Amino acid sequence: MAERRKGNAGKNPGKGAAEPAPVPGRLAVRKTYKLYLGGAFPRSESGRSYPVTSAKGDHLANASLASRKDAREAVVAARKAFGGWSARTAYNRGQILYRVAEVLEGRREQFAAQAVAAQGLSREAASRVVSAAVDRWVYYAGWTDKVAQVLGGANPVSGPYYNHSAPEPTGVVAVFAPQDAPLLGLTSVVAPVIATGNTAVVVTSEHAPLAAVDLAEVLATSDLPGGVVNLLTGRAGELGPHLAAHADVNALDLTGAGDLATGFEETAATTLTRVVRPGPESGGGEDAWLDPDPGTSRMTPFLETKTVWHPIGV
Amino acid sequence: MSHTATAPEATTNRALRAFLHGLPGVDEVGARARAQDLATRSIKTTAKAQAIDLAISMVDLTTLEGADTPGKVRALCAKAALPDPADRTVPRVGAVCVYPDMVATAVGALRGTGVGVASVATAFPAGRAPLEVKLADTRRAVADGAAEIDMVIDRGAFLSGDYLKVHDEITAVKEACGPAHLKVILETGELVTYDNVRRASHLAIRAGADFIKTSTGKVAPAATPPVVLVMLEAVRDHHAATGARVGVKPAGGIRTTKDAIRQLVLVNEIAGPAWLNPDLFRIGASSLLNDLLMQRTRLTTGTYPGPDYYTQD
Repeated sequence: MAERRKGNAGKNPGKGAAEPAPVPGRLAVRKTYKLYLGGAFPRSESGRSYPVTSAKGDHLANASLASRKDAREAVVAARKAFGGWSARTAYNRGQILYRVAEVLEGRREQFAAQAVAAQGLSREAASRVVSAAVDRWVYYAGWTDKVAQVLGGANPVSGPYYNHSAPEPTGVVAVFAPQDAPLLGLTSVVAPVIATGNTAVVVTSEHAPLAAVDLAEVLATSDLPGGVVNLLTGRAGELGPHLAAHADVNALDLTGAGDLATGFEETAATTLTRVVRPGPESGGGEDAWLDPDPGTSRMTPFLETKTVWHPIGV
Repeated sequence: MSHTATAPEATTNRALRAFLHGLPGVDEVGARARAQDLATRSIKTTAKAQAIDLAISMVDLTTLEGADTPGKVRALCAKAALPDPADRTVPRVGAVCVYPDMVATAVGALRGTGVGVASVATAFPAGRAPLEVKLADTRRAVADGAAEIDMVIDRGAFLSGDYLKVHDEITAVKEACGPAHLKVILETGELVTYDNVRRASHLAIRAGADFIKTSTGKVAPAATPPVVLVMLEAVRDHHAATGARVGVKPAGGIRTTKDAIRQLVLVNEIAGPAWLNPDLFRIGASSLLNDLLMQRTRLTTGTYPGPDYYTQD
């Protein structure tokens, strides 16, 4: 409005002459930050929410506080999506992950502003983080149809057999996203999980969940089938024990679980769930995730190797 | 909604028509609203645990596929006798329900377990066969050891108003059953209206059914809550008029514990608690049992179970 008034003043310097009626102030359109479950954006089943503040302590928004039952529904949605997602060709999964990068690139201003407001990053740092996040999606989009060649292949055996190994997705993966890296860190743990055909239930950063909900909007408009990624905003301490003990969760990524990780790993042992322990970058901010070439280390823990023997000849 | 229309003495088509069309009509909107209202009952913790065990004991574990094999039937029987091998406190199911040619296999597999064998008969599921064939089908299943027979009514005759034909077929099959219990499948998905469901229920009861059953499971919609409600009203009213209790068996489309518990709520509220036992209420299902077992595990252990830990049948 300020600009418009300036423009008018330029054209019509005569003060008070034909001043247009003042535009009434717009009502603020505030965003409701909800969960992302099965391709939809529901509120928490419990009806709870919690305040999210910026790095300086200013109130930013209220986020849904996911409950045990939301986690249960998320696992159901992820399991339902697994068959279709893992059956797609790796090439098609790559196309979809690249599409995520495209859509994210188109909304980089929003994500950069979010990072500035929520984490107190400088504009340059925020821009660098968003660029790295976009590039991370492209990176794993490229990996989708190459990971089988790197991790599988024909095995030399002494006998009249062909012997092939091929990596296959393990199933539903519960991901505890890094606490202090809400965009790049989140992307860096989620993209490798789904790139290989797994589906994910993600517990986002507790104190900085807004970037995750914004990212969910990107995922929802990128041809990614509903249920492949499910995002729960809330407390890892509340949701974690149920996800760790859940018999229909095949693997846990405890990167953002912090001190809770050991307990979750113990619980998960009951159902022989695969576990990735927090690594050196887990506790760091977005900068800890800037390495442009993270390699296959985040994909291999969520793959099973299938080996087939087949007789030669006949 | 109780009514005490007395059954006619002479069984002629005219008398049956007068009786069945003299029944009060079903308030469709009301039946739907009541069923929907009862579906909101919250059954939790200990009540839920009880309901799950009751529902397991009421399951007629069913396999009615063209691809059934003796091996599959034996596997199903093993599951019927011991639904969860990891937990022996789980009750056994009500019965195993198979096609007539699998009865001997099922009886052999279930000997000594206390689980009965139910067999569909009378040219299931269409029922389009001559009466002699239907009776031979029934006698053979009973001779092979079936304790319960699930017959289908002739929906074509019923819908064209030939109530006597439907009645006489049920009577003849009942006679062929001998000691075996007779469940009469109305196939409510083909009866079009709730009024017809009520009439078919009373017709089957009058002809000697021990159970009235909603569906074959081959036609959708199957055991919807309002249909089960109308049928429960029929057995309740029959009990009020004569003192005799007839059972009800919904079948088809009941896949989750939530669905099953909603059925139990209907039974308790409409027919009364006397019907809350496997002798008077059964649930025809195949995939329901695994969901009941998973919910039971959830209640006893506190953790969410996964389908990988249960047999797929």
